[in-house]
Amino acid sequence: MSITLNDYLILSTIIFMIGMFGVFKRTNLLMLFFSTEIMLNAVNIGMAAISKFHGDLTGQMFAFFIIAIAASEVAVGLGLLVLWYKKHNTIDLTSLQSMKG
Amino acid sequence: MFEVVAFYLFAFLTISMFSITVITKNALYALSSLAAGMIFISAFFFLLGAEFLGAVQIVVYTGAVMALYAFGMMFFDSIKEIKETPTNPRLTFMLTGIIALIIVFIFVAPIIGANITASYPLGMAADLYGTIDGNTQDVGVVLFTKYLVPFEVAAVMLLVAMIGGIVLSGKKMDVSLSEQSDKKQDIEKMKDTI
Repeated sequence: MSITLNDYLILSTIIFMIGMFGVFKRTNLLMLFFSTEIMLNAVNIGMAAISKFHGDLTGQMFAFFIIAIAASEVAVGLGLLVLWYKKHNTIDLTSLQSMKG
Repeated sequence: MFEVVAFYLFAFLTISMFSITVITKNALYALSSLAAGMIFISAFFFLLGAEFLGAVQIVVYTGAVMALYAFGMMFFDSIKEIKETPTNPRLTFMLTGIIALIIVFIFVAPIIGANITASYPLGMAADLYGTIDGNTQDVGVVLFTKYLVPFEVAAVMLLVAMIGGIVLSGKKMDVSLSEQSDKKQDIEKMKDTI
């Protein structure tokens, strides 16, 4: 008995589902950011696993770029979040509905 | 055998940590369990022989991203419980499952259809330079030949994101939010005494 590619892909799918559940369930913007991080990490696991089992380094390269994108997303997103909190004193998603007809 | 035990142990730990992050109402619990989950995920990278990726995961996520979140949370009221407008949990769960399945099929379909051959096989550096230094050297060789332009573009993107973050959150940095509310409270107290 050994760990195959399928096991890693199933784990990646489960973690991705947890993250997506968070995106659907949460209305707090900070928690939405956490859920996006979880989803990005799930994809990273899948990339590294395929890289190992196909003997190709491209998967790891893409994982590196995903990490870089996640880091810059956090920097800009958190800046916007702080700005929104200063202006409206809340970070609830429903407070963003300013275009109500 | 060791690999199997480690895989299931870390799979259990990662899934439970991320579940806590998604479910809990306390922002501090969510932050710390997310940090723990990130470290547990790096264990998978070490198991998969991607040592450099595992080290980067620990440094970037628990070092940089979590510190950024911790500093960001100083702006928000992180002690009190998060008030959220309730959503329908059954609908949420069903939507999650269906969309995740669709995404899996979309990504798996071309893999099943085509025979994939490795264009950058593992151990490339050893063939090229005759030394065996493992994963880090392989990553370096591929990153600075084939992926040099995306690497530089990613560096510029990180610089832009850094400047954007500083500009966005640096506005009115000299006026503290808690100080403002303290002053308001002081004024109200003075009114009461008068």
